[in-house]
Amino acid sequence: MSKREGEGGARKRKTDFTEVQKSDDHDNGAQISSPVISAFKVFQQELDTKHDKYERLVKISRDITIESKRTIFLLHRVTSVPNAEEVLHEADVKLDGVRQKIGLIAEELRGEDLYQFHRAFTPGIQEYVEAVSFHHFIRHRTLISLEEVNARLVFMRHERTDAKGSSEGSRSSPAVLTFQVTPTDYLLGVADLTGELMRMCISSVGNGDMDTPFKLSDFLREIHDGFSYIGNTGPYEVSKKLHTLRQSLGKVEDACYTLRVRGSEIPKHMLADVLSSRTAIMDPDEGVV
Amino acid sequence: MSVTEMFSYIQGFLSADQDIREDIRKVVQVLEQTAREILTVLQSVHQPSGFKDIPSKCLRARELFCTVRTQIGELKTKFPVEQYYRFHEHWRFVLQRLAFLAAFVVYLESESLVTREEVAKILGIEIDREKGFHLDVEDYLAGVLIMASELSRLAVNSVTAGDYSRPLRISNFINELDSGFRLLNLKNDPLRKRYDGLKYDVKKIEEVVYDLSIRGLAKEQEAGGDK
Repeated sequence: MSKREGEGGARKRKTDFTEVQKSDDHDNGAQISSPVISAFKVFQQELDTKHDKYERLVKISRDITIESKRTIFLLHRVTSVPNAEEVLHEADVKLDGVRQKIGLIAEELRGEDLYQFHRAFTPGIQEYVEAVSFHHFIRHRTLISLEEVNARLVFMRHERTDAKGSSEGSRSSPAVLTFQVTPTDYLLGVADLTGELMRMCISSVGNGDMDTPFKLSDFLREIHDGFSYIGNTGPYEVSKKLHTLRQSLGKVEDACYTLRVRGSEIPKHMLADVLSSRTAIMDPDEGVV
Repeated sequence: MSVTEMFSYIQGFLSADQDIREDIRKVVQVLEQTAREILTVLQSVHQPSGFKDIPSKCLRARELFCTVRTQIGELKTKFPVEQYYRFHEHWRFVLQRLAFLAAFVVYLESESLVTREEVAKILGIEIDREKGFHLDVEDYLAGVLIMASELSRLAVNSVTAGDYSRPLRISNFINELDSGFRLLNLKNDPLRKRYDGLKYDVKKIEEVVYDLSIRGLAKEQEAGGDK
Protein backbone atom coordinates (compact mmCIF):
# COMPACT_ATOMS: atom_id res chain seq x y z
CA MET A 1 0.00 0.00 0.00
CA SER A 2 2.65 2.46 1.05
CA LYS A 3 4.85 1.62 -1.90
CA ARG A 4 2.05 2.27 -4.32
CA GLU A 5 1.57 5.63 -2.70
CA GLY A 6 5.21 6.44 -3.21
CA GLU A 7 4.92 5.71 -6.92
CA GLY A 8 1.77 7.73 -7.05
CA GLY A 9 3.65 10.65 -5.63
CA ALA A 10 6.38 10.33 -8.24
CA ARG A 11 3.83 10.03 -11.01
CA LYS A 12 2.08 13.14 -9.87
CA ARG A 13 5.03 15.29 -10.64
CA LYS A 14 5.10 14.24 -14.26
CA THR A 15 1.44 14.38 -15.07
CA ASP A 16 -0.48 17.58 -15.49
CA PHE A 17 -3.07 18.84 -13.12
CA THR A 18 -6.22 17.27 -14.57
CA GLU A 19 -4.68 13.86 -14.71
CA VAL A 20 -3.59 14.15 -11.12
CA GLN A 21 -7.16 14.78 -10.16
CA LYS A 22 -8.27 11.77 -12.11
CA SER A 23 -5.68 9.49 -10.58
CA ASP A 24 -6.71 10.74 -7.17
CA ASP A 25 -10.21 9.70 -8.05
CA HIS A 26 -9.11 6.23 -8.94
CA ASP A 27 -6.50 5.57 -6.31
CA ASN A 28 -8.48 6.57 -3.33
CA GLY A 29 -11.91 7.97 -3.86
CA ALA A 30 -12.00 8.58 -0.15
CA GLN A 31 -9.46 11.35 -0.50
CA ILE A 32 -11.86 13.56 -2.44
CA SER A 33 -14.35 13.52 0.36
CA SER A 34 -11.66 13.40 3.04
CA PRO A 35 -12.00 15.83 5.92
CA VAL A 36 -8.96 17.76 4.74
CA ILE A 37 -10.39 18.40 1.28
CA SER A 38 -13.81 19.32 2.54
CA ALA A 39 -12.25 21.65 5.09
CA PHE A 40 -10.27 23.36 2.37
CA LYS A 41 -13.39 23.76 0.28
CA VAL A 42 -14.84 25.79 3.14
CA PHE A 43 -11.65 27.88 3.32
CA GLN A 44 -11.80 28.44 -0.41
CA GLN A 45 -15.26 29.91 -0.13
CA GLU A 46 -14.34 32.04 2.83
CA LEU A 47 -11.24 33.45 1.16
CA ASP A 48 -13.02 34.08 -2.13
CA THR A 49 -15.81 35.98 -0.42
CA LYS A 50 -13.26 38.10 1.37
CA HIS A 51 -11.22 38.83 -1.74
CA ASP A 52 -14.32 39.69 -3.76
CA LYS A 53 -15.44 42.15 -1.16
CA TYR A 54 -12.00 43.69 -1.08
CA GLU A 55 -11.96 44.12 -4.85
CA ARG A 56 -15.39 45.70 -4.84
CA LEU A 57 -14.24 48.17 -2.20
CA VAL A 58 -11.11 49.04 -4.18
CA LYS A 59 -13.27 49.79 -7.19
CA ILE A 60 -15.62 52.04 -5.24
CA SER A 61 -12.63 53.78 -3.69
CA ARG A 62 -11.19 54.50 -7.11
CA ASP A 63 -14.47 56.02 -8.27
CA ILE A 64 -14.54 58.19 -5.17
CA THR A 65 -10.99 59.37 -5.84
CA ILE A 66 -11.78 60.34 -9.42
CA GLU A 67 -14.96 62.20 -8.57
CA SER A 68 -13.33 64.01 -5.66
CA LYS A 69 -10.43 65.11 -7.84
CA ARG A 70 -12.87 66.51 -10.38
CA THR A 71 -14.66 68.38 -7.64
CA ILE A 72 -11.40 69.92 -6.53
CA PHE A 73 -10.62 71.04 -10.08
CA LEU A 74 -14.06 72.56 -10.28
CA LEU A 75 -13.51 74.40 -7.01
CA HIS A 76 -10.29 75.90 -8.28
CA ARG A 77 -12.39 77.75 -10.83
CA VAL A 78 -13.98 79.76 -8.01
CA THR A 79 -11.22 82.34 -8.08
CA SER A 80 -11.67 83.19 -11.75
CA VAL A 81 -15.46 83.05 -12.04
CA PRO A 82 -17.64 86.03 -11.18
CA ASN A 83 -20.43 83.98 -9.67
CA ALA A 84 -18.77 81.83 -7.05
CA GLU A 85 -22.04 80.65 -5.57
CA GLU A 86 -22.91 78.81 -8.76
CA VAL A 87 -19.65 76.87 -8.74
CA LEU A 88 -20.04 76.04 -5.08
CA HIS A 89 -23.50 74.71 -5.70
CA GLU A 90 -22.29 72.56 -8.55
CA ALA A 91 -19.54 71.18 -6.32
CA ASP A 92 -22.15 70.41 -3.69
CA VAL A 93 -24.08 68.31 -6.19
CA LYS A 94 -20.89 66.48 -7.15
CA LEU A 95 -20.02 65.82 -3.53
CA ASP A 96 -23.47 64.39 -2.99
CA GLY A 97 -22.67 61.90 -5.73
CA VAL A 98 -19.45 60.97 -3.95
CA ARG A 99 -21.34 60.51 -0.71
CA GLN A 100 -23.68 58.10 -2.45
CA LYS A 101 -20.62 56.03 -3.32
CA ILE A 102 -19.38 56.13 0.25
CA GLY A 103 -22.83 54.83 1.10
CA LEU A 104 -21.97 51.80 -1.01
CA ILE A 105 -18.85 51.26 1.08
CA ALA A 106 -20.92 51.49 4.24
CA GLU A 107 -23.25 48.94 2.72
CA GLU A 108 -20.38 46.57 2.02
CA LEU A 109 -19.03 47.01 5.51
CA ARG A 110 -22.29 46.29 7.23
CA GLY A 111 -21.49 43.83 9.99
CA GLU A 112 -17.79 43.81 9.09
CA ASP A 113 -14.76 45.15 10.83
CA LEU A 114 -13.94 48.50 9.25
CA TYR A 115 -10.23 47.99 9.74
CA GLN A 116 -10.16 44.61 8.05
CA PHE A 117 -10.76 46.27 4.69
CA HIS A 118 -9.42 49.68 5.54
CA ARG A 119 -6.56 49.53 3.07
CA ALA A 120 -8.99 49.02 0.23
CA PHE A 121 -10.75 52.33 0.55
CA THR A 122 -8.45 54.66 2.48
CA PRO A 123 -7.16 56.52 -0.66
CA GLY A 124 -10.70 57.34 -1.71
CA ILE A 125 -11.73 58.54 1.70
CA GLN A 126 -8.68 60.77 2.00
CA GLU A 127 -9.45 62.34 -1.34
CA TYR A 128 -13.04 62.87 -0.27
CA VAL A 129 -11.91 64.59 2.93
CA GLU A 130 -9.67 66.78 0.84
CA ALA A 131 -12.52 67.78 -1.48
CA VAL A 132 -15.08 68.32 1.23
CA SER A 133 -12.74 70.35 3.43
CA PHE A 134 -11.71 72.49 0.44
CA HIS A 135 -15.33 73.16 -0.30
CA HIS A 136 -15.98 74.00 3.31
CA PHE A 137 -13.02 76.34 3.44
CA ILE A 138 -14.08 78.30 0.38
CA ARG A 139 -17.54 78.76 1.80
CA HIS A 140 -16.84 79.35 5.50
CA ARG A 141 -13.11 80.11 5.67
CA THR A 142 -12.72 77.57 8.48
CA LEU A 143 -11.51 74.01 8.84
CA ILE A 144 -14.23 71.40 8.69
CA SER A 145 -14.21 69.24 11.80
CA LEU A 146 -14.16 65.47 11.86
CA GLU A 147 -17.67 65.39 13.31
CA GLU A 148 -18.99 67.52 10.49
CA VAL A 149 -17.44 65.19 7.95
CA ASN A 150 -18.93 62.17 9.66
CA ALA A 151 -22.31 63.81 10.20
CA ARG A 152 -22.85 63.93 6.45
CA LEU A 153 -22.04 60.28 6.03
CA VAL A 154 -25.30 58.95 7.38
CA PHE A 155 -27.33 57.01 4.90
CA MET A 156 -30.85 55.74 4.85
CA ARG A 157 -31.47 52.45 3.16
CA HIS A 158 -34.97 51.22 2.53
CA GLU A 159 -34.80 48.43 0.03
CA ARG A 160 -32.28 46.13 1.69
CA THR A 161 -34.14 45.59 4.94
CA ASP A 162 -37.30 44.66 3.09
CA ALA A 163 -35.42 42.06 1.11
CA LYS A 164 -33.97 40.50 4.22
CA GLY A 165 -37.43 39.49 5.27
CA SER A 166 -38.75 38.37 8.58
CA SER A 167 -35.49 38.06 10.50
CA GLU A 168 -34.98 41.80 10.56
CA GLY A 169 -38.51 42.75 9.75
CA SER A 170 -39.19 43.86 13.27
CA ARG A 171 -36.66 46.67 12.97
CA SER A 172 -37.72 50.00 11.54
CA SER A 173 -37.57 49.69 7.77
CA PRO A 174 -35.43 52.78 6.98
CA ALA A 175 -32.16 51.32 8.26
CA VAL A 176 -29.57 53.90 9.19
CA LEU A 177 -26.09 53.26 7.93
CA THR A 178 -23.17 55.36 9.02
CA PHE A 179 -19.64 55.61 7.82
CA GLN A 180 -16.98 56.81 10.23
CA VAL A 181 -13.92 58.50 8.78
CA THR A 182 -11.01 57.53 10.98
CA PRO A 183 -9.01 60.37 12.54
CA THR A 184 -5.96 59.27 10.59
CA ASP A 185 -7.75 59.46 7.26
CA TYR A 186 -9.09 62.85 8.22
CA LEU A 187 -5.62 64.04 9.11
CA LEU A 188 -4.11 62.85 5.86
CA GLY A 189 -6.93 64.43 3.89
CA VAL A 190 -6.35 67.75 5.60
CA ALA A 191 -2.64 67.49 4.83
CA ASP A 192 -3.54 67.14 1.15
CA LEU A 193 -5.84 70.12 1.45
CA THR A 194 -2.89 72.38 2.14
CA GLY A 195 -1.50 71.66 -1.32
CA GLU A 196 -4.77 72.80 -2.86
CA LEU A 197 -4.77 75.93 -0.74
CA MET A 198 -1.31 76.78 -1.98
CA ARG A 199 -2.46 76.46 -5.58
CA MET A 200 -5.49 78.58 -4.82
CA CYS A 201 -3.29 81.24 -3.28
CA ILE A 202 -1.07 81.54 -6.34
CA SER A 203 -3.96 81.54 -8.78
CA SER A 204 -5.97 84.11 -6.80
CA VAL A 205 -3.09 86.54 -7.16
CA GLY A 206 -3.43 86.14 -10.88
CA ASN A 207 -6.91 87.58 -10.62
CA GLY A 208 -5.69 90.61 -8.76
CA ASP A 209 -7.10 89.38 -5.48
CA MET A 210 -4.88 90.97 -2.84
CA ASP A 211 -6.88 89.76 0.14
CA THR A 212 -7.16 85.99 -0.23
CA PRO A 213 -3.42 85.18 -0.14
CA PHE A 214 -3.06 86.68 3.32
CA LYS A 215 -6.08 84.85 4.63
CA LEU A 216 -4.80 81.62 3.15
CA SER A 217 -1.41 82.16 4.67
CA ASP A 218 -2.94 82.60 8.12
CA PHE A 219 -5.06 79.49 7.73
CA LEU A 220 -2.15 77.42 6.45
CA ARG A 221 -0.02 78.53 9.36
CA GLU A 222 -2.70 77.39 11.76
CA ILE A 223 -2.83 73.99 10.13
CA HIS A 224 0.94 73.77 10.09
CA ASP A 225 1.03 74.54 13.80
CA GLY A 226 -1.54 71.84 14.38
CA PHE A 227 0.56 69.30 12.53
CA SER A 228 3.67 70.31 14.42
CA TYR A 229 1.71 69.78 17.61
CA ILE A 230 0.99 66.21 16.57
CA GLY A 231 4.56 65.82 15.35
CA ASN A 232 5.76 62.27 15.15
CA THR A 233 3.20 60.79 17.54
CA GLY A 234 0.99 60.24 14.53
CA PRO A 235 1.31 57.48 11.98
CA TYR A 236 4.23 57.34 9.59
CA GLU A 237 2.34 58.83 6.63
CA VAL A 238 1.58 61.97 8.61
CA SER A 239 5.20 62.83 9.19
CA LYS A 240 5.87 62.25 5.51
CA LYS A 241 3.18 64.71 4.53
CA LEU A 242 4.47 67.25 7.01
CA HIS A 243 7.45 67.85 4.75
CA THR A 244 5.25 68.69 1.74
CA LEU A 245 3.16 70.87 3.97
CA ARG A 246 6.19 72.90 4.95
CA GLN A 247 6.97 73.47 1.27
CA SER A 248 3.43 74.65 0.55
CA LEU A 249 3.52 76.97 3.51
CA GLY A 250 6.86 78.35 2.39
CA LYS A 251 5.50 79.14 -1.05
CA VAL A 252 2.45 80.90 0.31
CA GLU A 253 4.46 82.91 2.82
CA ASP A 254 6.85 83.92 0.11
CA ALA A 255 4.00 85.00 -2.11
CA CYS A 256 2.60 87.14 0.67
CA TYR A 257 6.00 88.62 1.26
CA THR A 258 6.33 89.58 -2.40
CA LEU A 259 2.89 91.05 -2.39
CA ARG A 260 3.63 93.18 0.63
CA VAL A 261 6.99 94.43 -0.55
CA ARG A 262 6.40 94.93 -4.23
CA GLY A 263 2.64 94.75 -4.54
CA SER A 264 2.31 98.47 -4.86
CA GLU A 265 4.99 98.74 -7.50
CA ILE A 266 4.06 96.00 -9.94
CA PRO A 267 1.00 96.36 -12.17
CA LYS A 268 -1.62 93.87 -11.11
CA HIS A 269 -1.72 91.93 -14.34
CA MET A 270 1.97 91.10 -14.02
CA LEU A 271 1.93 89.94 -10.42
CA ALA A 272 1.08 86.36 -11.21
CA ASP A 273 4.11 86.08 -13.49
CA VAL A 274 6.37 87.47 -10.81
CA LEU A 275 5.06 85.05 -8.22
CA SER A 276 5.22 81.96 -10.38
CA SER A 277 8.76 82.75 -11.44
CA ARG A 278 9.70 83.16 -7.81
CA THR A 279 8.30 79.78 -6.84
CA ALA A 280 10.05 78.20 -9.79
CA ILE A 281 13.38 79.52 -8.58
CA MET A 282 12.61 78.34 -5.08
CA ASP A 283 11.96 74.74 -5.99
CA PRO A 284 15.48 73.36 -6.47
CA ASP A 285 16.59 74.86 -3.17
CA GLU A 286 13.93 72.98 -1.27
CA GLY A 287 15.23 69.65 -2.43
CA VAL A 288 18.44 70.38 -0.55
CA VAL A 289 16.72 71.50 2.65
CA MET B 1 -14.41 74.28 16.28
CA SER B 2 -11.13 76.05 15.74
CA VAL B 3 -8.18 74.50 14.02
CA THR B 4 -6.24 74.22 17.25
CA GLU B 5 -9.10 72.48 19.03
CA MET B 6 -9.50 70.08 16.18
CA PHE B 7 -5.85 69.14 16.23
CA SER B 8 -5.70 68.68 19.96
CA TYR B 9 -8.74 66.41 19.72
CA ILE B 10 -6.97 64.28 17.14
CA GLN B 11 -3.78 64.32 19.14
CA GLY B 12 -5.77 62.90 22.05
CA PHE B 13 -7.07 60.15 19.85
CA LEU B 14 -3.60 59.33 18.57
CA SER B 15 -1.99 59.10 21.98
CA ALA B 16 -4.81 56.89 23.28
CA ASP B 17 -4.20 54.68 20.27
CA GLN B 18 -0.51 54.50 21.05
CA ASP B 19 -1.17 53.53 24.66
CA ILE B 20 -3.28 50.60 23.54
CA ARG B 21 -0.56 49.48 21.14
CA GLU B 22 2.01 49.70 23.89
CA ASP B 23 -0.10 47.47 26.15
CA ILE B 24 -0.66 44.96 23.39
CA ARG B 25 3.01 44.83 22.56
CA LYS B 26 3.88 43.94 26.16
CA VAL B 27 1.43 41.03 26.30
CA VAL B 28 2.47 39.79 22.88
CA GLN B 29 6.09 39.70 24.00
CA VAL B 30 5.22 37.36 26.85
CA LEU B 31 3.15 35.27 24.48
CA GLU B 32 6.07 34.96 22.10
CA GLN B 33 8.23 33.73 24.95
CA THR B 34 5.77 30.95 25.75
CA ALA B 35 5.55 30.04 22.08
CA ARG B 36 9.31 29.66 21.97
CA GLU B 37 9.22 27.40 25.00
CA ILE B 38 6.66 25.14 23.35
CA LEU B 39 8.76 25.07 20.21
CA THR B 40 11.80 24.02 22.21
CA VAL B 41 9.86 21.16 23.77
CA LEU B 42 8.63 19.97 20.39
CA GLN B 43 11.96 20.45 18.61
CA SER B 44 13.41 17.58 20.58
CA VAL B 45 11.39 15.09 18.53
CA HIS B 46 14.00 15.58 15.82
CA GLN B 47 16.64 13.99 17.98
CA PRO B 48 17.08 10.23 17.67
CA SER B 49 16.21 9.74 21.32
CA GLY B 50 13.17 11.94 20.98
CA PHE B 51 11.16 9.53 18.87
CA LYS B 52 10.46 7.25 21.77
CA ASP B 53 8.62 9.61 24.04
CA ILE B 54 6.63 11.74 21.66
CA PRO B 55 3.47 11.37 23.77
CA SER B 56 5.14 12.78 26.87
CA LYS B 57 6.43 15.75 24.87
CA CYS B 58 2.98 16.43 23.52
CA LEU B 59 1.66 16.30 27.03
CA ARG B 60 4.25 18.84 28.15
CA ALA B 61 3.33 21.08 25.21
CA ARG B 62 -0.34 20.80 26.08
CA GLU B 63 0.46 21.98 29.59
CA LEU B 64 2.24 24.99 28.19
CA PHE B 65 -0.79 25.78 26.05
CA CYS B 66 -2.66 26.41 29.32
CA THR B 67 -0.30 29.33 29.90
CA VAL B 68 -0.98 30.49 26.37
CA ARG B 69 -4.70 30.50 27.06
CA THR B 70 -4.35 32.74 30.09
CA GLN B 71 -1.97 35.05 28.21
CA ILE B 72 -4.36 35.37 25.29
CA GLY B 73 -7.10 35.99 27.82
CA GLU B 74 -5.07 38.91 29.06
CA LEU B 75 -4.50 40.16 25.52
CA LYS B 76 -8.25 40.20 24.98
CA THR B 77 -8.69 42.73 27.75
CA LYS B 78 -6.31 45.23 26.17
CA PHE B 79 -8.51 46.53 23.37
CA PRO B 80 -12.19 46.74 22.37
CA VAL B 81 -13.20 43.44 20.87
CA GLU B 82 -14.73 44.88 17.69
CA GLN B 83 -11.42 46.51 16.77
CA TYR B 84 -9.58 43.25 16.26
CA TYR B 85 -8.28 44.12 12.81
CA ARG B 86 -7.09 47.53 13.84
CA PHE B 87 -4.35 45.93 15.92
CA HIS B 88 -4.15 42.63 14.10
CA GLU B 89 -0.58 43.19 12.92
CA HIS B 90 0.71 43.07 16.48
CA TRP B 91 -0.26 39.47 17.16
CA ARG B 92 -0.52 38.07 13.68
CA PHE B 93 2.97 36.59 13.75
CA VAL B 94 2.69 34.96 17.16
CA LEU B 95 -0.79 33.66 16.42
CA GLN B 96 0.49 31.94 13.28
CA ARG B 97 3.28 30.42 15.31
CA LEU B 98 0.84 29.17 17.91
CA ALA B 99 -1.43 27.75 15.22
CA PHE B 100 1.59 25.89 13.86
CA LEU B 101 2.51 24.54 17.29
CA ALA B 102 -1.04 23.40 17.95
CA ALA B 103 -1.19 21.73 14.55
CA PHE B 104 2.15 20.05 15.15
CA VAL B 105 1.11 18.69 18.52
CA VAL B 106 -2.12 17.33 17.08
CA TYR B 107 -0.25 15.76 14.18
CA LEU B 108 2.25 14.06 16.47
CA GLU B 109 -0.58 12.71 18.59
CA SER B 110 -3.01 11.55 15.96
CA GLU B 111 -1.29 12.04 12.57
CA SER B 112 -4.21 14.10 11.32
CA LEU B 113 -4.70 17.67 10.30
CA VAL B 114 -5.91 19.87 13.08
CA THR B 115 -9.16 21.64 12.32
CA ARG B 116 -9.53 25.34 12.73
CA GLU B 117 -12.01 24.70 15.54
CA GLU B 118 -9.48 22.58 17.40
CA VAL B 119 -6.76 25.22 17.13
CA ALA B 120 -9.19 27.80 18.41
CA LYS B 121 -10.05 25.53 21.30
CA ILE B 122 -6.42 24.85 22.19
CA LEU B 123 -5.70 28.59 22.19
CA GLY B 124 -8.91 29.45 24.00
CA ILE B 125 -10.26 31.71 21.24
CA GLU B 126 -13.16 31.79 18.79
CA ILE B 127 -13.54 31.09 15.08
CA ASP B 128 -16.27 33.59 14.26
CA ARG B 129 -15.39 37.22 14.23
CA GLU B 130 -18.71 38.07 15.85
CA LYS B 131 -17.98 36.06 18.98
CA GLY B 132 -14.82 37.84 20.03
CA PHE B 133 -11.09 37.35 19.68
CA HIS B 134 -10.82 34.88 16.84
CA LEU B 135 -8.45 32.95 14.63
CA ASP B 136 -8.38 34.44 11.16
CA VAL B 137 -8.55 31.78 8.47
CA GLU B 138 -5.40 33.09 6.82
CA ASP B 139 -3.47 32.82 10.07
CA TYR B 140 -4.66 29.26 10.51
CA LEU B 141 -3.55 28.35 6.98
CA ALA B 142 -0.19 30.02 7.51
CA GLY B 143 0.28 27.94 10.65
CA VAL B 144 -0.51 24.76 8.71
CA LEU B 145 2.08 25.70 6.09
CA ILE B 146 4.76 26.20 8.73
CA MET B 147 3.93 22.74 9.99
CA ALA B 148 4.42 21.30 6.49
CA SER B 149 8.04 22.40 6.39
CA GLU B 150 8.56 21.10 9.90
CA LEU B 151 7.21 17.73 8.81
CA SER B 152 9.59 17.53 5.87
CA ARG B 153 12.40 17.95 8.36
CA LEU B 154 10.86 15.32 10.58
CA ALA B 155 10.74 12.88 7.65
CA VAL B 156 14.47 13.22 7.10
CA ASN B 157 15.32 12.90 10.77
CA SER B 158 13.07 9.92 11.35
CA VAL B 159 14.98 8.01 8.66
CA THR B 160 18.20 8.88 10.45
CA ALA B 161 16.70 7.56 13.66
CA GLY B 162 15.74 4.32 11.92
CA ASP B 163 12.02 4.90 11.67
CA TYR B 164 11.33 4.08 8.02
CA SER B 165 7.55 4.06 8.07
CA ARG B 166 7.00 7.59 9.27
CA PRO B 167 8.18 9.30 6.04
CA LEU B 168 5.58 7.36 4.08
CA ARG B 169 2.80 8.48 6.38
CA ILE B 170 4.07 12.05 6.27
CA SER B 171 4.18 11.87 2.50
CA ASN B 172 0.53 10.87 2.33
CA PHE B 173 -0.39 13.61 4.70
CA ILE B 174 1.52 16.32 2.89
CA ASN B 175 0.15 15.26 -0.47
CA GLU B 176 -3.32 15.62 0.90
CA LEU B 177 -2.46 19.04 2.24
CA ASP B 178 -1.04 20.04 -1.10
CA SER B 179 -4.19 19.12 -2.95
CA GLY B 180 -6.16 20.98 -0.32
CA PHE B 181 -4.17 24.15 -0.82
CA ARG B 182 -4.54 23.81 -4.56
CA LEU B 183 -8.25 24.39 -4.09
CA LEU B 184 -7.61 27.88 -2.80
CA ASN B 185 -7.47 30.94 -5.01
CA LEU B 186 -4.78 32.87 -3.24
CA LYS B 187 -4.06 36.48 -3.92
CA ASN B 188 -0.54 37.79 -4.15
CA ASP B 189 -0.16 38.12 -0.40
CA PRO B 190 2.10 36.71 2.33
CA LEU B 191 0.03 33.54 2.49
CA ARG B 192 0.58 32.94 -1.20
CA LYS B 193 4.30 33.44 -0.76
CA ARG B 194 4.34 30.87 1.97
CA TYR B 195 2.26 28.47 -0.06
CA ASP B 196 4.81 28.68 -2.84
CA GLY B 197 7.25 27.05 -0.45
CA LEU B 198 5.01 24.05 0.06
CA LYS B 199 6.10 22.39 -3.18
CA TYR B 200 9.68 22.20 -1.93
CA ASP B 201 8.52 20.42 1.20
CA VAL B 202 6.51 18.01 -0.93
CA LYS B 203 9.52 17.42 -3.14
CA LYS B 204 11.84 16.79 -0.23
CA ILE B 205 9.54 14.20 1.31
CA GLU B 206 9.07 12.48 -2.03
CA GLU B 207 12.82 12.18 -2.33
CA VAL B 208 13.02 10.58 1.08
CA VAL B 209 10.27 8.14 0.12
CA TYR B 210 12.08 7.40 -3.13
CA ASP B 211 15.35 6.69 -1.36
CA LEU B 212 13.59 4.34 1.01
CA SER B 213 11.69 2.47 -1.68
CA ILE B 214 14.61 1.79 -4.04
CA ARG B 215 16.50 0.29 -1.14
CA GLY B 216 13.56 -1.81 -0.13
CA LEU B 217 13.61 -0.20 3.27
CA ALA B 218 10.02 0.88 3.14
CA LYS B 219 8.80 -2.61 2.33
CA GLU B 220 10.92 -4.22 4.97
CA GLN B 221 9.52 -1.93 7.60
CA GLU B 222 5.99 -2.67 6.46
CA ALA B 223 6.57 -6.39 6.67
CA GLY B 224 8.12 -5.96 10.08
CA GLY B 225 5.12 -4.02 11.20
CA ASP B 226 2.78 -6.74 10.04
CA LYS B 227 4.47 -9.40 12.09
